[in-house]
Amino acid sequence: MRKMSSNQVLTPQLIPWITAILLLFLHRRIIWQRAVSGVSAVIALANAAYLLHCVLKKGTLVFWAGDWLPPFGITMVADTFSALLVLLTAIIETTCIFYSFSHIDAGRERHFYYFLLQMMLVGCNGAFVAGDIFNLYVWFEILLLSSYVLLALGGEKGQLRETLPYAVLNILASTFFLVGLGLLYGITGTLNMADLAVKLPQIQNRDLVDLIAVIFLFVFGSKAAIFPLFYWLPHSYAQPPAAVSAIFGGLLTKVGVYCLIRTFTLLFAGVSAYIYTLLYVLGAATMVLGGLGAIYQYQYRKILSFSIISQVGYMVLGLAMHTVLSIAAAIYFLFHNILVKTSLFYFAGATEEISGTGDLKQMSGLIHRFPLLAWGFFLGGISLAGVPPFSGFFAKLLLLQSAAESGDGWAMFFTLAVGFLTLFYTIKIFMHCYWGEEKSLLPLDAAGNATYRRKLASPLLLVALSLAAGLASAPVTGVVLQAAAEISDPGLYIQAVFGQIY
Amino acid sequence: MELLIAIVIGALFSAGIYLLLSRTLLRILLGVSLTTHGVLLLLLAMGKLNAGAAPLLHARAAAAYADPLPQALILTAIVIGFGITAFLIVLCYRAYQVLGSDDTELCRGAENE
Repeated sequence: MRKMSSNQVLTPQLIPWITAILLLFLHRRIIWQRAVSGVSAVIALANAAYLLHCVLKKGTLVFWAGDWLPPFGITMVADTFSALLVLLTAIIETTCIFYSFSHIDAGRERHFYYFLLQMMLVGCNGAFVAGDIFNLYVWFEILLLSSYVLLALGGEKGQLRETLPYAVLNILASTFFLVGLGLLYGITGTLNMADLAVKLPQIQNRDLVDLIAVIFLFVFGSKAAIFPLFYWLPHSYAQPPAAVSAIFGGLLTKVGVYCLIRTFTLLFAGVSAYIYTLLYVLGAATMVLGGLGAIYQYQYRKILSFSIISQVGYMVLGLAMHTVLSIAAAIYFLFHNILVKTSLFYFAGATEEISGTGDLKQMSGLIHRFPLLAWGFFLGGISLAGVPPFSGFFAKLLLLQSAAESGDGWAMFFTLAVGFLTLFYTIKIFMHCYWGEEKSLLPLDAAGNATYRRKLASPLLLVALSLAAGLASAPVTGVVLQAAAEISDPGLYIQAVFGQIY
Repeated sequence: MELLIAIVIGALFSAGIYLLLSRTLLRILLGVSLTTHGVLLLLLAMGKLNAGAAPLLHARAAAAYADPLPQALILTAIVIGFGITAFLIVLCYRAYQVLGSDDTELCRGAENE
């Protein structure tokens, strides 16, 4: 007997997709656009929560298009890891759309801003549930094409200047994605990920498999912004409106990290040890250089962008140690970072709008008139740095625990040392921007004062979620450990996709 | 045949990468499209070059047929490549208009404007 094909796996893409089509017809009516996007976000959130609930209860859900079993048909797979990321995407989507209502100008709204956002979510959710590596490529392209347009939307000088390298570098990475794909097909004759996981270990020519693994490391590494490939990120993420850089910073790099984790646990679990050493070194270098870059910068959002890079390093380090516990730590970091980094970008947006500049040297003392903003940022910042009651602490704890278990002193050192760097740059923002004497040059009026409270709802919600995840850390850790245990055993995934009950 | 295709792929890639490394927007655009073409040929070669054979119709004597899957992949990749190139052309043109130059070095401007 086979498991039933589950159409539920399709819902995370279908909801934004249908919304996007509706939004195309409504592009002149901003109020309608907002209403449709808002309702769709809430539905997506409820659906994603239900999907995670079903996956936890019934095990991995699989959709076989036309009921063709692999390797012939297209499959979509939702295991715990995928479902968790779909839920996080929906949370970020909801906050981002509600934040955009008070943040994005009417010109952008009229020029398909919400439509592009929904198409990007189609790509994200598609990438998370793709069970076929060519499908993954296609979802990636959907996601990237919408992200290019979102980055350039508005056509300001800085935006155009930074979109060009962002687009060209991502296109180059996508080209190499196709190269890796082609080589995979050439040596195995299949593109289904479960089938690949069966056939790749049987390949005699191990050097070729290593080569393909390195190509995929390059591809997903440049999307995830790991060490030598992160140069495009800090500049481009500082240019668009804060709502856009928040969803980019929260989600896009994490899709790259997701794909790294997925491919290196499922397809390339059996590659030579030096590739894991390479991952380890790159992860550590990413952590340290990202942290140092953040310390050096004085632009609010550039600090946060370098901080994204630094935090991606933690995830790569967790993946490189490839024990169940360290992969769980990487997933916990993903979870924690998606929530907290997005909220910090929202705070950055609100702050920049109030003070009219992104330069820390020109800001001071915002805490006197905007205490909620300042303390909200403070809580988000210490959550990022890993101070106990917040989720960041438990992510680090898990990584330290796994490092201690495998007797890896360097990993412990990097985790703690970069934690100090993180604390340093978040406190640096806090001291420069919010603390101290109020500067008289703040170009502030009563109207700006009135709208800023509405902007704080989204980031404060995310910080509260981070706190809640920290306080209720036992169930969250349970889910994360289950996700890590599932992906650490490719056999489970293969069985589920080939339709056997286990 | 394999050797010829391999040389062509190599030539397309090296020309494409060379153009990508230059400073002019138009050359970068051409570089992008050349590398994309190189990849398409690579995909074709990966399905084994079975000249003159029809695509797979039924499982018997599968070796006599050409593999249809790479062609489906290439078709998808062409469509995606077309969309992306179209977007990139518009982006480059707009950047040229707004920034007043097609030289990426001159486009840079001040760091934090």
